[in-house]
Amino acid sequence: MTTIPALILQTIPQGVDYVRILPEIVLSVFGIAIMLLDPVVDEEKSQKTLGLIAFVGTVAALISTWGMAQSPGLAFSNTIRIDSFSIFFTFLVIAIAAVVILSSFEYMAVQRIRAGEYYALILFGVVGMALMSSAIELVLIFIGLEISSISTYILAGFRRNEAASSEASLKYFLLGSFATAFFLYGVALMFGATGSTNIDIIAQRLQSGPVEMLVFAAMALMFVGLGFKVAAAPFHVWTPDVYEGAPAPVVGFMSTAPKAAAFAVLLRVVFAINAPGRFWFLWVAAALSMTLGNVGALVQNNVKRLLAYSSIAHAGYLLVAFAMTTPQDSATGISAAMFYTAAYAAMNVGAFAVVSHFANAGERYVSLEDYEGLGRSSPLLAATLTIFLLSLIGIPMTGGFFAKFYVFSAALRANLIWLTLIGVANSAVGAYYYLRIIVVMYMREARTEVPVTRVPMGLGVALAISVIATIYLGILPNRVLQIAQHSAQDLLPQQAAGASNTAQNPPAAALPGQ
Amino acid sequence: MNIDHLSPYILTFVTFVPLAGALLLVLLPRRDRDIRIFSLVISLLTFALSLHLPVHFHRPQQGFQFEIDNVWITSLNIHYHMGIDGISMWLVVLTTFLTPLCVLISWKSVHDRVKEFFILLLVLETALIGVFTSLDLFLFYFFWEATLIPMALLIGVFGHERKVYAAVKFFMYTMIASVFMLAAILWLYAQTHSFDFVIIRDQIAHGAIPNFPAAAQWLFLGFFLAFAVKVPLFPFHTWLPDAHVEAPTAGSVLLAGVLLKMGTYGMLRFNLGLFPEQSRQNAWWIMILALIGIIYGALVAMVQPNMKKLIAYSSVSHLGFVVLGIFSFTQSGLNGAMFVMLAHGVSTGALFMLAGILHERRHTYEISEFGGLAAPMPVYAASYLFIVLASVGLPLLNGFVGEFLVLSGAFQAKAIYGILGATGVIWSAVYLLWMFQRVFYGKVTHPVNNSLRDLLGFEKAAVWPCAVAALFMGVAPILWLSAIDPAVQAALTSIPQVVSKVVGQ
Repeated sequence: MTTIPALILQTIPQGVDYVRILPEIVLSVFGIAIMLLDPVVDEEKSQKTLGLIAFVGTVAALISTWGMAQSPGLAFSNTIRIDSFSIFFTFLVIAIAAVVILSSFEYMAVQRIRAGEYYALILFGVVGMALMSSAIELVLIFIGLEISSISTYILAGFRRNEAASSEASLKYFLLGSFATAFFLYGVALMFGATGSTNIDIIAQRLQSGPVEMLVFAAMALMFVGLGFKVAAAPFHVWTPDVYEGAPAPVVGFMSTAPKAAAFAVLLRVVFAINAPGRFWFLWVAAALSMTLGNVGALVQNNVKRLLAYSSIAHAGYLLVAFAMTTPQDSATGISAAMFYTAAYAAMNVGAFAVVSHFANAGERYVSLEDYEGLGRSSPLLAATLTIFLLSLIGIPMTGGFFAKFYVFSAALRANLIWLTLIGVANSAVGAYYYLRIIVVMYMREARTEVPVTRVPMGLGVALAISVIATIYLGILPNRVLQIAQHSAQDLLPQQAAGASNTAQNPPAAALPGQ
Repeated sequence: MNIDHLSPYILTFVTFVPLAGALLLVLLPRRDRDIRIFSLVISLLTFALSLHLPVHFHRPQQGFQFEIDNVWITSLNIHYHMGIDGISMWLVVLTTFLTPLCVLISWKSVHDRVKEFFILLLVLETALIGVFTSLDLFLFYFFWEATLIPMALLIGVFGHERKVYAAVKFFMYTMIASVFMLAAILWLYAQTHSFDFVIIRDQIAHGAIPNFPAAAQWLFLGFFLAFAVKVPLFPFHTWLPDAHVEAPTAGSVLLAGVLLKMGTYGMLRFNLGLFPEQSRQNAWWIMILALIGIIYGALVAMVQPNMKKLIAYSSVSHLGFVVLGIFSFTQSGLNGAMFVMLAHGVSTGALFMLAGILHERRHTYEISEFGGLAAPMPVYAASYLFIVLASVGLPLLNGFVGEFLVLSGAFQAKAIYGILGATGVIWSAVYLLWMFQRVFYGKVTHPVNNSLRDLLGFEKAAVWPCAVAALFMGVAPILWLSAIDPAVQAALTSIPQVVSKVVGQ
C-alpha cells in the first residue's frame, strides 16, 4: 500500500524522462534565446546571427536525438514513447527545419523581414511536431498539433506588407482552427467510448470489447482534423491559396515538416489503435487526393500553386500506404509511408528552396514564364531543380521513384489493384506538369528580364543536402528502409501479437502495467 | 582465357563507364574541343570494353553469361543482377558501336551547350546498355525509365523548330505506357517476392503462382503496351515521326538505332519469356498490327516530302518486320527478327547521319530542295547509295538476311502473313530508291546546291563504319547468328508445348 506522498513523488518525472524529450528541450532553449537576443542584436547583422543561432540549435537538436535514441521507453506518465518510430520522425522534422533555416538566410535579407521571431517560430513549431511524433497520449498530441499549427499560421503571414500573405495566414488560421477543433472532438468522443486518451489503452479496449458506434464517429472526426493538416482531399481546398501567399521558404517548411508530423500521428491513430472501419475512408481519400491534386496542377501557371497541388497529390500517394488491413500488410504500409514522407521531404524542401531563391524581392518571379531560359542563365540551379522535379515525377535514381515504387508494391501485395492502377495512372498524368517546368527552363529562351543572383552559401549547402538526400534515397535506400521497417514493428506489435499468432516477432517490450 | 576473372565485372564496366565519363565531364571546363575529344575517348573505350563480350562469349551455351548477381536492396529482395545471352549481347554492342559515331556526327553540328549535350549522350548510353543487361525487373525498369530523360532533353533542347512539342509527346507517350508495365512488375513481385527474371520465369512455368491464370492476360498487356509504344507498333507510332524530325542527328541515330529496339527486345525477353501462353493467344492480332505497320509505314514513307520523316516512317515499317518475326514463334522468324534489329540499327542510323549531314549544309530536310546532288557530292552520294541498298535488302548486305529469315518464319506460321510481309520489301525499295533518285540524279535543280561540300573527314569517320558493318553483316551473318540462335532456341524450347502448337498450325 502506497501512501499519498509516495504517489505524488511517483508522478514527478525521473531524470531519464528528460533525456527522452531532449531535442524538444534543446529547441525550446534555442528558441527562447533567439527571442531574447532579437531586440539586443543590431538590426543589420541580426538576420545572419539569429539565423546561425537557429541553425546551430537544430544541429544540436539533431545530435540530441542520438542521446534520446539511447534510452528508448516511456516517459512522463506514459504520455511519450521513444522508439525507432518516434526517433525517425523527430529526426526528420528537425532535419527539415535545419535545411529550411539554411535556405532562409538569403530570403529574409532580400524580403527585408525582421528575422528574430521567424527563426524562433520555426524552432517552436518543430518542438510541437517532435512532440506529435513521440506522444502516445491524444491530449498531448493535440497540444503538439496546436503548437505546430499556431507557429505555422504566423509564419504564413510573415510577408506582412503583402495582402496575399495576410490572406493566406488568416485563411490557414480560420480553417486550421476548425480542423483542430474537429480533432479535439474526435479525441473527446474517443475518451467517451473507451474511457482513455492513451493510444495503447484505447487499442487494448477496442480489441477486447465490442466496438461502439461512437468509436467510428471519433475516428471520422480525428481523420478530418488530420486530413486537413496533411492536405488530403476532400480537406485540401485551402492548400493552393495558402501556399501561394505564404513566403516561399515557409511553404517549403509547412508542406513537409507539419505534414510529416501529422502523418506520424495518423500512422499511430490508424495502425496502433487499429482503427475499425477505416478502409474505405482511406481508400477514397487516397484516390481523391491523387486525382484532384494532379488534375488541379495541370492548369496552374504559378509555380507555388503548382507545387501546392502536387503536394495534395503526394499526400494521396502516401495515403495509399494507409489502406492496409491485415497486420502483415500494415507493417509494409507503415514502412512505405515512412519512407515516402522522408523522400517527399527531401525533394519538396529542395524544390521550394530553389523557388524561394528565384522568386527574388517581393516574390515577383513565381510564374512559369519567369522560369524560361533558366537552364541557360543559371545552369546549376536549373539542374538542381530538375533533379527535384524528376524525383517528384518518380524517375529512377531519385528518392521519389523508390518511395512511389515501395508504396505501390505494398498496395499490390495487399491486393489493392484498383487503387494501384489509379495511382500509376496519376503518376503518369503528374509527369506532365512537372515536365512543363523542365521544358520552360531548358527548351525556351528567356523573354522577360529576370535578374539572376548568385547562390549564397547557406542556400548552396541546403540545396546540396537536399540533392544528396534525394539521390541517396533513390540509389541506396537500404538503410532508411531498414529503419522504417523496424519502426513499423515498433508501432504494431501490441495488437499484432494479440490479433494473430502469425506475427514473427513477439512484442519487443510488453507494455508496463498501466 | 586468362582474363576470365574480369568476366563477372565486365558488364558493370561496360554499363557504367559512360556514366562515369559523364560525371567527369561535369567537372571539365567549358572548352568545347576538349569536351568533344573526351566524349569520343570515353565512348570508344566503352566500345572496346564491350568487344570483350562477343570475343569471350561461349556461343553454343544457352542461358545467361557474364552474370553478376549481388543483393542491392536487402529488405525488398532487389538484386543487382546482370547477364547477357546472344540476344542482348549484340544489342549492347550495337549501342556502344553507334555512340562514338554519334559523338563524331555531332562534332560540328552541336555548338551551343556542348557540355550538356555530351553529358546527356553519355548518360543515355549507360541507360540503354543497362536496359539490355539487366536481369532483375526492378533494375530493368530503373534503366528503362532512365533512358527517357536524356532522350527527351536531347530532343527538346537541341532539336529543331517544334522540338518542345516533340519532346513532351515522346516523354508522355512512353511514360504513360510504361507505368502499366510497372504495375505488372509490382503484381509479379507481390506474388513471387522476387524481381529476378529467371526466378519469376521458372515460377510461372511451374505454375507456382496461384492467381496467375486470372491475371496473366492483363500482365501480358501491361508489358506489351509499354513495349508496343516504344517499338512503335501501329497505332502507337504517332510520336515517332515528330520525335525524329525534331531530334538532333545524334538523337535520331540513337532513337532509331537503339531506343526502338528496347521495345522489341522487351517483347522477346519478357512477353515471350514470361508469358508464352498469352503470347501465343495474342499473336494473331499482334501480327496483324505488325503487318499493318509494315505496309502502312511504307506507304506513308513513300509520300513524305521530308527526308527525315521518310526515314522515320521506314523505321515503323522495318520494326513491323521485327514484331512479325518475333510473334511467328519460329526459329527462323526469331533469328530474323534479331538480325533485322541489328541491321536496322546500323543502316537506319547511317541514313539519319547522312540526312543530318545534308541538313548541316542546307538547313532543310525537304526532298524537293535537292536534286542532282551526285555531281557536287560524289562521295556522299556513293555512301548514301550503299546504305540505301543495305536498307532496301540487297543480297550480300545486312538488310537482306534479316528480312529473308523473318519472311520465311512468317510463311511457316501462316502463308498469308509471309505474302503480305513480302510486299513490304517491295515498298521499301520503292520509297528509298525513289527518294534517292529525286535527291541525287538528274541536273542540279537549285543552284545553291552546286557549291555543297562533299563529306568531311569526321563525317566519313562516322558513316563509313556503318557501311563496313552493313557489308560484314551481309556477307558473314553467321558470326552474329551463331550467338543469336542458341538464345532464340532457348526462348522457344523452354516451353515445348507452345512451340508445337504454333508450328502445328
